[in-house]
Amino acid sequence: MSFNKSEIQKIAWLARLSIEQQDISTYSDELSNILNLVECMNSVDTEGISPIAHPLDLTARFRTDSVTEVNQRDQFQKNAAQTDAGCYLVPKVIE
Amino acid sequence: MDWETVIGLEIHTQLATKSKIFSGAATTYGAEPNTQACEVDLGLPGVLPVLNEQAVLMAIKFGLAIGAEIPKRSIFSRKNYFYPDLPKGYQISQFELPIVNSGHIEIQLADGTTKEVGITRAHLEEDAGKSMHEGFGDQTGIDLNRAGTPLLEIVSEPDMRSAKEAVAYMKKVHSIVCYLEICDGNMQEGSFRCDANVSIRPKGEEAFGTRTELKNINSFRYVEQAINIEIERQVDILEDGGKIEQETRLYDPNRNETRSMRSKEEANDYRYFPDPDLLPIQIDVELIEKVRNQLPELPNAKKQRFIDEFNLSDYDSGVLTAQKEIADYFEDCVVITEGEAKLSANWINGELSASLNKENKDITESPVTPKMLGSMIKLINDDTISGKIAKQVFEAMWNGEGSADSIVERKNLKQVTDRGVIEKLVDDVIANNPIQVTQYKATPEEKKEKLIGYFVGQIMKKSQGKANPKKVNELLIEKLDT
Repeated sequence: MSFNKSEIQKIAWLARLSIEQQDISTYSDELSNILNLVECMNSVDTEGISPIAHPLDLTARFRTDSVTEVNQRDQFQKNAAQTDAGCYLVPKVIE
Repeated sequence: MDWETVIGLEIHTQLATKSKIFSGAATTYGAEPNTQACEVDLGLPGVLPVLNEQAVLMAIKFGLAIGAEIPKRSIFSRKNYFYPDLPKGYQISQFELPIVNSGHIEIQLADGTTKEVGITRAHLEEDAGKSMHEGFGDQTGIDLNRAGTPLLEIVSEPDMRSAKEAVAYMKKVHSIVCYLEICDGNMQEGSFRCDANVSIRPKGEEAFGTRTELKNINSFRYVEQAINIEIERQVDILEDGGKIEQETRLYDPNRNETRSMRSKEEANDYRYFPDPDLLPIQIDVELIEKVRNQLPELPNAKKQRFIDEFNLSDYDSGVLTAQKEIADYFEDCVVITEGEAKLSANWINGELSASLNKENKDITESPVTPKMLGSMIKLINDDTISGKIAKQVFEAMWNGEGSADSIVERKNLKQVTDRGVIEKLVDDVIANNPIQVTQYKATPEEKKEKLIGYFVGQIMKKSQGKANPKKVNELLIEKLDT
């Protein structure tokens, strides 16, 4: 199994990665190698085995529904590039 | 050509938990921006989501209410897309193995018939934050208070055939989640919102047409408008020989049109995969039975009980049970009136409902309490006041002028039942209207009833509405026919 150029470009776009034209064939080879590794699974008989959702054979513990967090906005917003009126600011995202 | 519309709805209900689905941050509406967004909601590195038990119980409750199967095992997946109000770059949702499998909901159509709408599934997920595009110059402001609020997304089968059916379905789901008290149902605040998948096909055709998805619909009225306007648009395109594009469209209520959301077009590749941060949910039979035992009486059951127990019409019972608070109001009122169900229903569905609508109030905000209305109905029943005067009394109670008893007393609104007083009024009116009396006497028996209304009207006017209409009628006929 191998990726073609447009598939690589699409994957990069979905992941918001900017990649150079000249690197596409390298990415294609490397990602194809990963898929080939996974493809080994096809030689194993998996009839009757249900897919796992998690490597650990455990089930979720629940949290009781109570408010345990306090307002730490000022602390958190020290990490933000820009804020105004309590909001995080980003470039305009509507056309 | 005759077209048939095919509609399926995805309804997002915010679950009424105190804290978020995966964190201990509060979910209170209207807080200062970002004061209810903790590390988990912000998607900071190193945090782990822990599932809120209440959200799971509420989802199970809904599943049981619509007769759905609750699978033993359910998992969370990541839905990957980029948007600034989604800090992690993915939404925790459910893809394969949702918490609620297929069920059904019965809706009532305008002609009185019922129809079953299939529910494909309902799944738990987290809400995103809010983007504000106004007031920040050439930037967008992000408030993440809503990020991580638990949602139950209820996906219907494409079973609806008109905008009206879609509205009826949406109202029914709204009613059910409110009865279950798993959602506050507040549509202005976005607690209950829907996306509509709409397509059309030539009547008789089996295969579905290409559908569009209408986003951002947050009122019953807009659902109907948005769907109808979209149907028109699709019919126009197909009749001009064009093709429908499968796309997401935004409904703009100000212009009553739908617009393509180009930005979302290419993003429809969400690359779902099981979230490694969350272990599978296991739900055992005991838990399901525990929740089942806590289910309240649901709208359909209540409606049937009102018909059986109070002898109400199908229509009256349907209106009273659409909202739990109205049904409660009615039952409280019936107790006060010592069993006067029909009058209680009439007043609640009539004057009270009209007054609430006029002032855009919910029944929980009514200035007239069930006790006040019930006491007034008792006054009608024991002939203290007439039904007509009762409207005045109701209005006065609505305007905060006190209880029915005190208003009747203060305004001297007691019904006149004294034979002597009424007789005098009747005699006067007969004496003052000789022409009408002659006319009446010349009229054949079966048509007399119509003419008598004229005299009754005159007498009621003279008594300022206080004469007992039944007594007036009796005396009038007695006098006119001799």
